[in-house]
Amino acid sequence: MSEQLHYALFTGCTAKQSTPELLSSTLAVADKLGIKITILEEASCCGASHLQDFDEFLAHVLNARNICYAEKLGLTMITICNTCQLNSAMTKHALDTDPELKARVNEKLAEVGLEYKGTSEIKHFLYTLIDEYGLENVKDKVQVPLSHLNIAPFYGCHNIRPSELHEEANGHENPYKPTSLDSLIDALEGNPVNYESKNKCCGFHVELQANHTSEVLAGNALVDAIDNNADMMVTPCPLCHLKMDTYQDSVGKVMGRDVELPVLHMPQMVALALGCTEKEIGLNFHVQKAKHLYTA
Amino acid sequence: MSETRKVTIKAWRFNAETDYLPYTKEYKMEVGKDDLILDLMNRIKWEHDGSFSYRRSCRHGICGACAIKVNGKSVLACKQNAIELLDLFDNDITLEPSSKNRAVKDMIIDKSDFWDKHAAVKPYIVADIDPQPEKETKQTIAQFNALLDADLCIQCGACHYACPALEVNDAFLGPAALAAAYRFTADTRDEAKEERLQITFESGSGVWDCVKCFECAEACPKEVNPIEKIGKLHNMQFEYGVAESNVATRHAEGFLRGMKKYGYLDEADIVTYSEGYLGVYKHLGAAMKMMKSGKIHWHSGIPFIDSIPKIKNLEEVQKLIEISQTNKL
Repeated sequence: MSEQLHYALFTGCTAKQSTPELLSSTLAVADKLGIKITILEEASCCGASHLQDFDEFLAHVLNARNICYAEKLGLTMITICNTCQLNSAMTKHALDTDPELKARVNEKLAEVGLEYKGTSEIKHFLYTLIDEYGLENVKDKVQVPLSHLNIAPFYGCHNIRPSELHEEANGHENPYKPTSLDSLIDALEGNPVNYESKNKCCGFHVELQANHTSEVLAGNALVDAIDNNADMMVTPCPLCHLKMDTYQDSVGKVMGRDVELPVLHMPQMVALALGCTEKEIGLNFHVQKAKHLYTA
Repeated sequence: MSETRKVTIKAWRFNAETDYLPYTKEYKMEVGKDDLILDLMNRIKWEHDGSFSYRRSCRHGICGACAIKVNGKSVLACKQNAIELLDLFDNDITLEPSSKNRAVKDMIIDKSDFWDKHAAVKPYIVADIDPQPEKETKQTIAQFNALLDADLCIQCGACHYACPALEVNDAFLGPAALAAAYRFTADTRDEAKEERLQITFESGSGVWDCVKCFECAEACPKEVNPIEKIGKLHNMQFEYGVAESNVATRHAEGFLRGMKKYGYLDEADIVTYSEGYLGVYKHLGAAMKMMKSGKIHWHSGIPFIDSIPKIKNLEEVQKLIEISQTNKL
């Protein structure tokens, strides 16, 4: 690559709280690959669709503010959470296509000295690795091939649907037959597990108000991966990770069988293959034991 | 130039009256570039097996009868190009009913659940209308645009049977009924807004049971985008004062508590605030495991106190919340 890639990282809340391993592995991977990252320390929560349920306009204002900081740096904003990606992209799309809304939002932003212009792209880290860094280049940096692992890719809804919104940002991924994570696993020399639930919902967003629905959806996906001989699951979304990693005991009760499967964040999987340190990968932060996956 | 492709089309077969289990049959045929999935179904019936059953009527995407699934993807058979799907699924496609659980015969399903739920949201304008009006009750373009394409629904059921929440929770009204609820609630002539918002507020059946997977937006052949309407209904429940304080509404509104203090969501507070101090016991098991693994920080005695970082320029977020918030719980 001729020019060093440089991105503005929107961490989201989970990477700063319950999944510190997501942030450390992301930074470690970027470092190994020579990608420059500037963390948007000013960025707030994206609302995760829940604030949007309460007050859509306010959510647009706050997301527009986050994007402003990437625009100030003149960089593409990258996300490491599907739901951050979706909500930021929805705000961008709404503002870029509705001048009246953009004006109303900018009127508020002006009160804190900011202006949303629409000049920064928003992309999930997964797709920058594939579309901009290139899988061939990732492959060249592999130090610990994952050939001993059957890896179930779990895509997470908000990176692949609605396809009309994501378009360029996710390389026109087909939500009915997504391939990006599979090809990343291939590049790391792992064995992608083919299973029906890979593009289904994990149930995270109704964990509190519709717990049974949430547990069954997570259970279906975990059991499907296990029955297809997965050694681990990998997801680009920390919310999918939280649902599927933290609740395996209660999910197992709902499913009527043992459910035990390590669920890794996408950057953790890459970090394993690139030979990052145990501390950077942070498998100790998982509820379902995963430390055995670190073999370097 | 011959642009046909020789393929084997699979179809899911089942007759609820005579079959114990469903089975799959294969049909060899040539598919042309302009063939629709409906053409393939006709070919199976007319050239291979007259007992193959499916619904069809208008053939131009307006009656909604021929919605089926192909490899799990919801399609309107008379609108969906066959080659496009053959390309997507590497020439290996299986025609399936919209819902295997509700199959009566092959592609034909019992749609009574769909119609019951549709009827439950009062999908009509409720108004005291003069039976012999002297002038039309006209709508401005802006008023019509506010319906956000919800009026385009053809009741094909594609979104309804693509919804994973409905597969688990029979009570859930589902995306089609909720989009219809929005369509009539957003109509300025309607006088049953609060009543309809109340129907869509009920926990178990209403909008708060939507899992936000966007399968409905993807499935709709008419681009109704049902989940967008579900989002609007959420907001309207607060606007019209229908939303009561419960675990779901506190979960939505409660995001602001952490954001005002830290800029980030306060992950522990959102659970305790949403569930209430009595409801939070349900999460103690998971919380203990999260503490053990370091997902929740235990060092300060009370989860997260002093351990949530603050964003830079927090005062901007506080100010923007103060001047931009439009709804209250």
